Formats: sequence, structure tokens, C-alpha cells
Amino acid sequence: MPRRVAIIGVGATVPRPVTPELSYRELIHEAAVRAYEEAGVEPREIGTFMPCTEDFYEGISISDEYSNDQLGAVLKPVHTIGGDGIHGIATAYMQIATGLFDTAVVEAHSKASNVLTPHHIMNYAMDPVLNRPLGENPLYVAGLEMSRFMHESGATSEECAWVVVKNRRNALSNPNGAFGAKVTVHDVLSGPAAFCPLGALEMAPPSDAAFVVVLAAEDRLPARAASPVWIRGVGWSNDSPTLETRSWARALYAEAAAQRAYRMAGIRNPARDIDCFEIDDTFSYKELQHLEALGICDRGEAGKRTARGETEIDGATPVNASGGSLGCGHMLDATGLFRTVECVRQLRGEAGQVQVKDAKTALAFGWRGVPTTSGACVVLGA
Amino acid sequence: MAKRVRSMQDFDFRGTALSADEFSKGKVITTTGEPHAEYAWDCGPAISRYLEELRNGRLIARWCKRCNRTMLPPRMFCELCWCPTTEWRFVRDTGIVNTFSLCNITWDMKPLKTPQIPAVIEIDGASAGMGIMHLIGGCDPRKVRIGMKVKAVWKPAAEREGAITDILHFTPA
Repeated sequence: MPRRVAIIGVGATVPRPVTPELSYRELIHEAAVRAYEEAGVEPREIGTFMPCTEDFYEGISISDEYSNDQLGAVLKPVHTIGGDGIHGIATAYMQIATGLFDTAVVEAHSKASNVLTPHHIMNYAMDPVLNRPLGENPLYVAGLEMSRFMHESGATSEECAWVVVKNRRNALSNPNGAFGAKVTVHDVLSGPAAFCPLGALEMAPPSDAAFVVVLAAEDRLPARAASPVWIRGVGWSNDSPTLETRSWARALYAEAAAQRAYRMAGIRNPARDIDCFEIDDTFSYKELQHLEALGICDRGEAGKRTARGETEIDGATPVNASGGSLGCGHMLDATGLFRTVECVRQLRGEAGQVQVKDAKTALAFGWRGVPTTSGACVVLGA
Repeated sequence: MAKRVRSMQDFDFRGTALSADEFSKGKVITTTGEPHAEYAWDCGPAISRYLEELRNGRLIARWCKRCNRTMLPPRMFCELCWCPTTEWRFVRDTGIVNTFSLCNITWDMKPLKTPQIPAVIEIDGASAGMGIMHLIGGCDPRKVRIGMKVKAVWKPAAEREGAITDILHFTPA
């Protein structure tokens, strides 16, 4: 049996649309100080570090070279992940479970406000020969996906808008909710058009933030560590990237990632066995599509259940009690780690006004955004 | 066991080389793209003050109390003991050459008659091994030595803009 692995400390900065007063270094340092304090460790005691960073978002080639100072990782083993923060959690889990290290740190951050041409950066993820020459803003990929998802699942525009209403309302009660607001379905649907059927108010705005998570082996928990939150399952998966042939209606990458995580965690019925969910909601429909892919709702049911209030904080399956990306902002590849940290707070009973009652098991799911089919999932237990 | 290849002649290269002409006439199909990646990096308190003082014609460092290190470029936390740094300290604009290179080739691989001389300068007043990455100028390239004393040559005050280029170069002191 591999060793059990726990999250023993989390640190975060409050997500905000801009953070002109701090460089990414100081932003990360602030999160790291908080995480190490919770974990009761000094950086020199940590075995291995996993910064999650993407060069194009930083404007720095081999940007992981710039991670070490602010994490206290100078001359330490550093294993950079070019992926979502949950990919980082999965890697940290493996390095501890296999016995290679006893403690690990995962870091991810967003300085989205420093990227002046974000849609052009996104365009670099499109196929340079077949897709880029068309010249359109690559966010049309979300419009394509939403069209087919609605067509096959029967989800309505109103049901998609309910996701925005719920998540922005939840964010009002969360100190991390930069975009908390009372909006109505009518507000969302009468907002500006964007990539039809996707409206401008159905797209998560960008936020800056940094997150640091400390993990440790069960047999090496530091004496002063915060109460452990256990990694019960991890899974990740990518579909084919090809726009011409990919699955547009179903998030197959999320299905495959979740199945792996559920098998590892011994979850048979996620809606029954898991108490709260922090899942990708980069766009309104993504929450619904992911709810079905993760097996939390039957196919064609996510929209109806959302409109009935079943995914509210006090509903049968609370989804994005934190406010998610629609309420707290999209944080590039830090978004998955943001969701993980929100799950940890839920399981410790520290989620304040957005606390889900009796949360014992939580799931965080991250997607790497347009145009990827890259998803990662972690099941956490108190 | 496979025969070991001794030289390029041992290979039997087949095929025909592509000429520049074939590319320019479109016989070889490629797709090109122009980058459009723009950033505005937030500098934070340490580097912002550093740049501000460069505009004033001065160098400023941060001091780590625990390590007793005066750090240049300045930073808000010490990367070694990992404590917050506590004090601003002005340092001199003189120092010694830690290492240098005579740079004879331009971006597009053209030879330079007079080489550029990138150098790491250990600044007087900063802790050993700390200082500025800059250029040496106003000096015969053949005379540059490790350990040589140098001083900053500043842009005129009116032309400074809060950038590392507010120092034109370092020159023998």
C-alpha cells in the first residue's frame, strides 16, 4: 500500500482583478509564508517543490527558474509542472506516496493582469497551420462547445444563467469573492453578446492570486501541522486536441479524470459519497457540462437541478460554494489550486458563511481553459 | 553488432536538398505566424524602489538582519534564511568586476569590430557576490580583468527614466 498523503497547510492571497503593489515574487511569498505557518514547517525542512507555471502567461521562458527564491526552494529539488495546480497536487502525491520525499509543496499563481494580450496568448494554443490562420478570437471555441452541449443535453440558456446567478451570489458571502454580486437570470441573458450562445456575463473575469499547498506523508506529519486533509484520489486526463474531431458535447477528459480519482478513492456514487464540489466554471455551461462528466448529475439533468437550487450551498449537492471562477475570477493555471484550497477550508469547517454543513469529503476539478481538453481532479477527505 | 559509423561518408544519404528558391516559390509549404505577446510586469516594492533610485542616480539595497546581507538587487525577503528583509541601504556606484565576457557576435550572428562587454559588478557596500549585471564601456576590451575596479557612468539626470539603462555602463575607476 502506498503511504497516505495529507494536505497539512494552505496559503493564499485574496484574488483581485489587479495587484499592482506586488510582483509575482512577493505575491507567491505571501501565500508561502501562510502555508508554511499552517503546516508548522520551515522551507528548509521541505523535501520537494512543485511550481505550476506556464511560460506564455509569465512572459518568461523557462519561468520555473524564477520560482525558487519566493518558495524557499533554493538548492532544493524542484519539479515544475506545466499544468493546472491539481496536476501539481497529483505529482506531489506521487512523490510522497512512493516514498521519494516526506513533504512537498505545490505552488501556482496568476498575474493575469500583467498579460496585456491574453486572447493572443490563448491563440498560441490553437493549431498554427489549420486553426490560427482563420484569425478569429479563439474564445469562439467556448461558443462552439456551448452550442453542442446545449443541443445534446437539452440545457437551456436560462439554466446556464442560473450558474452565474448562484456563483456570483455565493461569492458575495466569501471574502475571496472578488466578483460577488446579486444578478438575475434576466441580467445575465440581457447582457452583452460574446461568443453566442455564450454571453459576456457568462465568462469568468481574470483575477490575480497565489496559492501554496503543503503536503506530507501520514507517518511524517509535523507536530505543529494543521489538522490533515487527506488526498483520497487523484485523476487527470486529456482528450484529443483536434478541434475538427473532438467531443464537443461531453467533457470526456473530465469523465476519464474523475473515473480514475473515484476508483482510487473508492467512490461509487459521487453525488451521494461527496459532500461538496468545487469544479471548473470558467464559463456558465462548463459547470453544467462538468457536473455531468463527473457523474454528479445524469446526462441532461445538470441544468434542471441547478435551476431547482440543488447545487446551492444548502442543496443536495453544493457546487462552487466559494463562488467559483465566475464569482472569484479565473486564475490561469492557479485556478485548480484555488478550488483545492476552498475544498480544504470546507473540510476543516473554516469556510465561514459559505460553509457546507457536515462536509467530510470534497472534490476539486480543474480544466485548463480554451482550447484545451485537459482536466485534473482530486478527492479530499477530512 | 552494428557497424560503428566513423564519419559522415559512412552514411548513404539519399534524396535531394531543398533550395532557397523552392521555398520562395512556394514549392515547399510552410505557415508563418507573427507573435503578439505583450506584458506589463508589476515590479513590486523592492524593484520599484530600485528603479526609482536609479532615476535619482543612486543604488539602493535591502538588508537581511538574520544573514547580515546587504542585497542588490533589493528584495523584500531573503531567499536563503527566508525572512523578510528589514531595511533600505544605499550602496556606492563603484565596485569590482566579478566576471565578464567579450561579446563579438550580434543577435543575427554578425561579427562586431568592437566587442560588447557584459559583466557582473560586485558593488561596494553590497554583500560579497552581489551587485549589478551590466556592461563595461569606455575601456579597451583587451584590458578588462576580473577584479578590476569600476564605477558607474550615468545618463544625464534629465534623461533618466527609472530603468537599468539609467546607467550607461561601468568604466574603469
